[in-house]
Amino acid sequence: MPKPIEATNDFVVKFANVNGSGSASANELFARSILRMGVPIASRNIFPSNIQGLPTWYEVRVSGEGWLGRRGGVDLMVAMNPQTWDKDVASIDPGGYLFYDSSKPLPPSKFRPDIMVIGMPLTEICNRTYTDPRQRQLFKNIIYVGALTALMGIGAEVVESLIREQFKGKERLLEPNFKALHIGRDYASEHLEGLCKLKVERSDLVGDRIFLEGNDAIGLGCVYGGASVAAWYPITPSTSVAESFNAHCRKLRVDPETGENRFAIVQAEDELAAIGVVIGAGWNGARAFTATSGPGISLMQEFFGLAYFAEIPAVVFDIQRGGPSTGMPTRTQQSDILLCAYASHGDTKHVLLFPEDPRESFDFAAEALDLAERLQTPIFVMSDLDIGMNQWLCEPLAWDEARRYDRGKIMTAEMLESGMDFGRYLDVDGDAIPYRTLPGTHPTRGAYFTRGTSRDRYAKYSEEGAVYVDNMQRLLRKFETAKLLVPKPVVHQAARKARFGVIYFGSTAPAMAEALDALGKRGLWVDAMRIRAFPFSDEVIEFVNAHEQVFIVEQNRDGQMRTLLINEGAIDPARIVSIPHYDGAPITARFILAEVAERLGQLEPRLEGAAE
Amino acid sequence: MSYLAKPKFRHKGLEQNALGFTHRDYEGAISTLCAGCGHDSISAALIQACFELDIEPHRVAKLSGIGCSSKTPDYLLGQSHGFNSVHGRMPSVLTGANLANRELIYLGISGDGDSASIGIGQFVHAVRRGVNMMYVCENNGVYGLTKGQFSATADTGSKSKAGGINADSPIDLVSLALIAGATFVARSFSGDKTQLVPLLKAGIAHKGAAVIDVVSPCIAFNNHAGSTKSFDFVRAHNEAVNRLDFLEGREAIKLDQAPGTVEDVVQHDGSVIRLHKIRDDYDPRDRVKAMDYLQQRHAAGEMVTGLLYLDPEPRDLHAGLNTVKAPLNRLDERALCPGAAALTALNDEYRAG
Repeated sequence: MPKPIEATNDFVVKFANVNGSGSASANELFARSILRMGVPIASRNIFPSNIQGLPTWYEVRVSGEGWLGRRGGVDLMVAMNPQTWDKDVASIDPGGYLFYDSSKPLPPSKFRPDIMVIGMPLTEICNRTYTDPRQRQLFKNIIYVGALTALMGIGAEVVESLIREQFKGKERLLEPNFKALHIGRDYASEHLEGLCKLKVERSDLVGDRIFLEGNDAIGLGCVYGGASVAAWYPITPSTSVAESFNAHCRKLRVDPETGENRFAIVQAEDELAAIGVVIGAGWNGARAFTATSGPGISLMQEFFGLAYFAEIPAVVFDIQRGGPSTGMPTRTQQSDILLCAYASHGDTKHVLLFPEDPRESFDFAAEALDLAERLQTPIFVMSDLDIGMNQWLCEPLAWDEARRYDRGKIMTAEMLESGMDFGRYLDVDGDAIPYRTLPGTHPTRGAYFTRGTSRDRYAKYSEEGAVYVDNMQRLLRKFETAKLLVPKPVVHQAARKARFGVIYFGSTAPAMAEALDALGKRGLWVDAMRIRAFPFSDEVIEFVNAHEQVFIVEQNRDGQMRTLLINEGAIDPARIVSIPHYDGAPITARFILAEVAERLGQLEPRLEGAAE
Repeated sequence: MSYLAKPKFRHKGLEQNALGFTHRDYEGAISTLCAGCGHDSISAALIQACFELDIEPHRVAKLSGIGCSSKTPDYLLGQSHGFNSVHGRMPSVLTGANLANRELIYLGISGDGDSASIGIGQFVHAVRRGVNMMYVCENNGVYGLTKGQFSATADTGSKSKAGGINADSPIDLVSLALIAGATFVARSFSGDKTQLVPLLKAGIAHKGAAVIDVVSPCIAFNNHAGSTKSFDFVRAHNEAVNRLDFLEGREAIKLDQAPGTVEDVVQHDGSVIRLHKIRDDYDPRDRVKAMDYLQQRHAAGEMVTGLLYLDPEPRDLHAGLNTVKAPLNRLDERALCPGAAALTALNDEYRAG
């Protein structure tokens, strides 16, 4: 038996439960009690495409240092699901802990000699205390939360205050929950004292940070960004974007005098109709968005081509999940990048934004609504299940009161009246962005016919090659303009001059931050760049060219961002090495560390040796 | 052909409507459809309907999908914005446009391929949502642009120009509209302008989902013996249940026909639909009986035309969504953005510690 892991404010707890057993809220209570102790956490749901019965996990990373990615490995497994017992037990780090329901004796072969086993007869206690089977199940969860918090040194008052907040308005539920909590705590102090060396110590490292889901942040960002039309079709993991927009609108967008809504939400019959509604609304001057996932993006392809070619603003939130096909609907990936970048038939290119967390999801939602109108084209915000459906600890949301929406180039009745030349596809400013008019603007000027067929600068139908090429070239130049408007990459220079670089984006960010720190501690210096948008600004390409070798870490099999970089940046493929992670679970710091260190070792054996 | 500029000459004696517009102000580009196409007659009827209703042309938005019919918005209302979208998806685009600005008049122009095949889902769903629009299906039972394949509205047993016999059952768009909850349903014939124009006027004035199926023979690919959508066949089997006049509120309401054969239906906005009954027993306010009658006459080989169903008190999508009266596309930051103070309060709600 190795020495049991001793750690304060730095460990990983994983709960293995049965879906639909009421464990989610109890597990969140556990996580929040650590936050309430002032210690940062990152929690992630790993759940099945199922309502009841299949296995589900909840992982809590406790990190006083503030690492918010998945670390990898498990220090304490709370094994509540017999279906997954063997794998769960096998996943514990040597010296780690297994907390389990010991009501029924298990043969020694079910355990491991190199871990610390903490048994508690949960079922027996519940059966003794409760008669109602549903209560037995629900309070069992609270009882283990009581035991775990006691074992880790989290005060009862911390958990109680959270329970009080949770059941505000339903006070009759307080007493039974307190009772269950204390049954767990009492048992732990009487029978399990000193067994667990994973401790939480009160700290003040959380600050004024907030804890919210990316999809919720997008819904709110759309309210702030001025979206007034939303159309969507339910699909995991994007559904809660529309639900959040709806909930926030009901609080923030109802006319106080009339009770009428300053928003319209349509649950469409499918994704095709959802994007059609968005394009119709965008054409007619309302800010509109849809939220979907990979399969929905596949269905919307034809419309994306129309919006690109006819130049209509639209915002699409792609909450990516595991593909292809139905793939892994409840697991995370970054595998729609090429699908979105070149969506639809013919020559197309689209603007993509890659938020790193819920806070940036909020910012990019509002930003996307501006960019869509400025550039008159679809903007894709590439979130994923990890950001979208997990609560993340992040900086508070901010809004500049002086900010005005960028409505782009809209020719008004006054401008038309003054005799300005209106050509719907005419580049008057040299930025390749033409003016548009909204329907109903002027009795005799500015009307035009929008179409997906080729047309001249004045929107007149034309099948002439030169006219078609002229327009297609302008669209390319417009994409160059987009390059200047989209968020720039974020570069982290290594503490010492580095010959190698690493590129990442989206939800990989927190795991990468921890991995970079660990690499530095081992004397492995790499510069890092987080891509935030496509088209790539010049800085992105310069970063690649400034390093002998660049690793690109992405959560898909084929290195889609690498392909995009090579294609758009005219980069020698040998310069960029792909580090793919695509099993559907969020990427971990340990994975990145190992992969980068190994490749650095291959490139420069001396370096790896020096790090030991 | 459209590359020929339309002459700007205007005859001084042209009739003007209340806004001082002439017919010419409601015209569009020159049609590129075949000479004699039924669709051009429908465009002419739409122009006349808008002229007679004194509509400001720029207050109309014309939307369509793909196909011969979907090209026609270009050939009328040249001062209106038009949107030739993608095949079968006009209803969703129109829905979005309508949500953005509820003040315009929305004209959805479609064909039978667009509405009954690729876009049948969108057609039904836009109707069931009660989008305030007039949805015109220019129905010729055939794919013209791809040269003569049967469409989903072709009757069983009808013969294609190439000689094939259609074995499939037809989709009846008016029955579909009735089932989906349309609050105004009519059928007409492109060759019968006297029936069609008042129906279009009433459909435009209707404040809900108005569907008009207009049988419109394809002169090039579906006007032969054996087709049930040819001019001759439709004329021989057209069974009109009524004819109507559409009267706006300010027009004097005076009956000049024998009582019992004429009935006035007053709509919510005060306009009146004056029904000249041809079938005494046909009541266009009874949805269930209308469906029953349509099925019976279809079984007898007849094509029922006229105003088939009308709900004078329709409820549209905006009512269901309880949206503000002002068009959403006109709301600014003050109306849309909750501001920094509200975000501070939200941050407190989301606070972690």
